[in-house]
Amino acid sequence: MEPFTTLEAAAMPIDQPNLDTDQIIPARFLGKPRSMQIEALFKDLRAKPDFVMNQPGFAGAKIIVAERNFACGSSRENAVTVMMDNGFQAFIAPSFGDIFFNNCFQNGALPIRLAPARAAEIRAALHAKPGSPVKIDLVSQTVTGPDGKTDRFDIDSFRKDCLLKGVDEINLTLSYDAEITRFEAKQQQEMSWL
Amino acid sequence: MNARTLFEKIWQRHIVVDRDDGYTLLYIDRHLMHDGSAAGFSRMRERGIKLRRPNRGFATPDHYLLSDSGNVADIPDPHHRRLVEAITTNTAESGVTLFPVGDERQGIAHVVGPEQGVTQPGLTLVCGDSHTSTHGALGALAFGIGSSEVAHVMATQCLWQRKPKAMRVNVDGTLGNGVTAKDVILAIIAKISAAGAVGHVIEYTGSAIRDLSIEGRLTICNMSIEAGGKAGMVAPDDTTLAYLDGRPFAPKGAEWDKAVKFWRSLPTDEGATFDHDVSLDAAAITPMVTWGTSPEDALPITASIPEPSTAPDTSKKDSMQRALEYMGLVPGTPLEQVAVDRVFIGSCTNSRIEDLRAAAKVAQGRKAVIPTWVVAGSGLVKRQAEAEGLDKIFRDAGFEWREQPGCSMCVGMNGDTGKPGQRIASTSNRNFVGRQGLGVRTHLVSPAMAAAAAVSGRFTDVRRLLS
Repeated sequence: MEPFTTLEAAAMPIDQPNLDTDQIIPARFLGKPRSMQIEALFKDLRAKPDFVMNQPGFAGAKIIVAERNFACGSSRENAVTVMMDNGFQAFIAPSFGDIFFNNCFQNGALPIRLAPARAAEIRAALHAKPGSPVKIDLVSQTVTGPDGKTDRFDIDSFRKDCLLKGVDEINLTLSYDAEITRFEAKQQQEMSWL
Repeated sequence: MNARTLFEKIWQRHIVVDRDDGYTLLYIDRHLMHDGSAAGFSRMRERGIKLRRPNRGFATPDHYLLSDSGNVADIPDPHHRRLVEAITTNTAESGVTLFPVGDERQGIAHVVGPEQGVTQPGLTLVCGDSHTSTHGALGALAFGIGSSEVAHVMATQCLWQRKPKAMRVNVDGTLGNGVTAKDVILAIIAKISAAGAVGHVIEYTGSAIRDLSIEGRLTICNMSIEAGGKAGMVAPDDTTLAYLDGRPFAPKGAEWDKAVKFWRSLPTDEGATFDHDVSLDAAAITPMVTWGTSPEDALPITASIPEPSTAPDTSKKDSMQRALEYMGLVPGTPLEQVAVDRVFIGSCTNSRIEDLRAAAKVAQGRKAVIPTWVVAGSGLVKRQAEAEGLDKIFRDAGFEWREQPGCSMCVGMNGDTGKPGQRIASTSNRNFVGRQGLGVRTHLVSPAMAAAAAVSGRFTDVRRLLS
């Protein structure tokens, strides 16, 4: 997994709350090879000319600034990978679907929770001046908006460390093999019916 | 010892490693797999590692099966066909238990797990599907994961987790005639919102929950994810034990007695506290219908399409307008005047025997006036329904009794989708834009309400048909 440290890039605002994973990648594109899914990002939303991704000012954006409960819904990890394959590496929103949030870390993408008012402020600034940059520094846990204002965000130190180093989680867990084996032996006694 | 919640007890019992940074390596007792889990097996192969505990894995194809044919060769999309075929080869190579197509134990993973006794109280259970929360109905800690974590569980039988918060949703009182578990969960989501339980595990408590069958509890826990919850749970009780007794993968003999002792210790202790408490009055819940494009957009059947001008803020107003435009609805229209084009009865939310009985009760002696599909949740549900003559009631009423159990029109991955602009009364769990096909308008309802829509061609208060 590629490490994530800093990212300064154009950001794209999405104002719709509860933007679910079915809209990020509709179900009819699942079950296809990843290379065939790139075009499926926001497929049905993009059919509307006024959808933000159709505006040339947001071309090349690498950050999405969204509304509450972004990427709620299904567990499809394709929701993360299809956005990454379209260049997006970080997502800022007041809240996220839990499974999507976890899936981001599994792919080296960074989901950031910001206060609803601040996320709205950044979205408004991006609408006012498409293409303006947002700067993310994972080491200092800060997001700087197009207005130059910097906010600190919270992230679990475990997740932060894994992202900064590009840790392979399976290898990390396999280093705890002795602990897992011990647990299994104990469980075999206590819950022998399993 | 401190008073602990059901969730806390299961969590503590599954800690393999507790790190100083607040992360826990949690042991996973059961891993359910379906035709979408092929990516996990591919990753194992790429890394050259074997599944750590294949005997903890159970697989059944569901998402990509055609609902009118149990013949895999009939699946037209070659990618989909390969996924269904892969589950057979992957499980054979790895030693994971498979309930294959053609075996009557096959069905939707979240129907099959409880039905086979694979799902049990006090266990941790995961599956690469968001509706894994279903299994909490038996008192398990069950949640959905993405494909990377599927591979992680295959390789290590563990997951890295930060401990979620706990929420209690208490429903006291008695449900009215014609009001079902589906209406309860829709009322809960409408109350707390689609993000109301983000970061939380919900425990459902109260007399109305206790009075529900396991089928009803499965429906409630199934839609915990639609409130943003990581998981939903109901404490095991006599109903749970009676349900599990004699199921193929449930313990037997002395092991059963040992397990029961453990299961009896699981319910939340008196005095245990939750991070959030919510309560609803069961008697106040009516049959529900969703009007918008989020499960939180649910209203009593007696209500009218809401006015965006009444929204508390601009963001909510905009999203209501967007939803109404997509749904083709006019504010102020009574829900009972909204015409329906098609009905789907099925999915991991509502495809169990009790759901089919509730729908058949409404269908009996009436005729469907719009196309209506019934897709059983498993081969065993289908067989039982046929033994009870429900298939005949459905056929006589002009409902289509579909051949092959599976997810079908809930998500339409198998091609079972509606046409653009079609309005579907559906017993599934998500009314998202495009969920049942491009431009399709989904309204979530209970099986009884779906059958009522089928025989009247519009949303109808099923309580009138039952009286």
